[in-house]
Amino acid sequence: MNERRRNWHLWAGFLLCLLAIPSYVLVFVKFPVTRDVPWVNFLIFAAGLLLLVSGVRRAFRQPEQYGGKIAGPILGALGLALAGFFCFLVFYGTKQIPAAAGAPRVGQKAPDFTLVDTSHQQVSLAGLLSEPLPNSQTPPKGVLLVFYRGYW
Amino acid sequence: MDSPEESRDLCKKAGYTYPFLSDPDTDAIRKYDLLHRGAGVDGHDIARPAEFLVDASGVVRWVNLTDDFRVRARPDQILEQAKLLK
Repeated sequence: MNERRRNWHLWAGFLLCLLAIPSYVLVFVKFPVTRDVPWVNFLIFAAGLLLLVSGVRRAFRQPEQYGGKIAGPILGALGLALAGFFCFLVFYGTKQIPAAAGAPRVGQKAPDFTLVDTSHQQVSLAGLLSEPLPNSQTPPKGVLLVFYRGYW
Repeated sequence: MDSPEESRDLCKKAGYTYPFLSDPDTDAIRKYDLLHRGAGVDGHDIARPAEFLVDASGVVRWVNLTDDFRVRARPDQILEQAKLLK
């Protein structure tokens, strides 16, 4: 038992699978190129799962050298579950939003509204379109309305 | 959905200088049919993401209704559309 080497493939693989989702949420979500299609995190999962497979193989094919006959399959299953959960989220979960069939389309009038800005001043769409911009005599050529979810 | 105070802090941190509005009663959100019931962290109503480019006469010239809330319009896409406005 003491001559057995640590089956580091198992633990490294599992660690990668553990880090894949938090790294998306904390880092890769900030850049559109890694947020829209989370390819970096897919790669991290792929590397993690490959290491887990390698680790499990070692545990079963070379049991005199590597431990992990019990830990291996468990960590492997957990890694797979994490990967599956991430795929579920990015291929299905974040698409569960209402269709907005009633949203104004190209060519339609944008509904007017009046809301409060960060200084508690009333701001209306009509006002934004008609009032000159700061340092200008003329009103803007248009207004971009961005509805964000409320958090990001 | 954030209060004006929360939005003001966000704008300061992020360096936003454009008008940043609060819609606590989901008034504009509902007018634009963007309500996403109960999707907020505490279960309150929020908006589904969308971008609209409106011209000087108040007519919508471009709409981006993403089908995935992780994916939004990019600045270069929007600027390209904005340049088309006379």
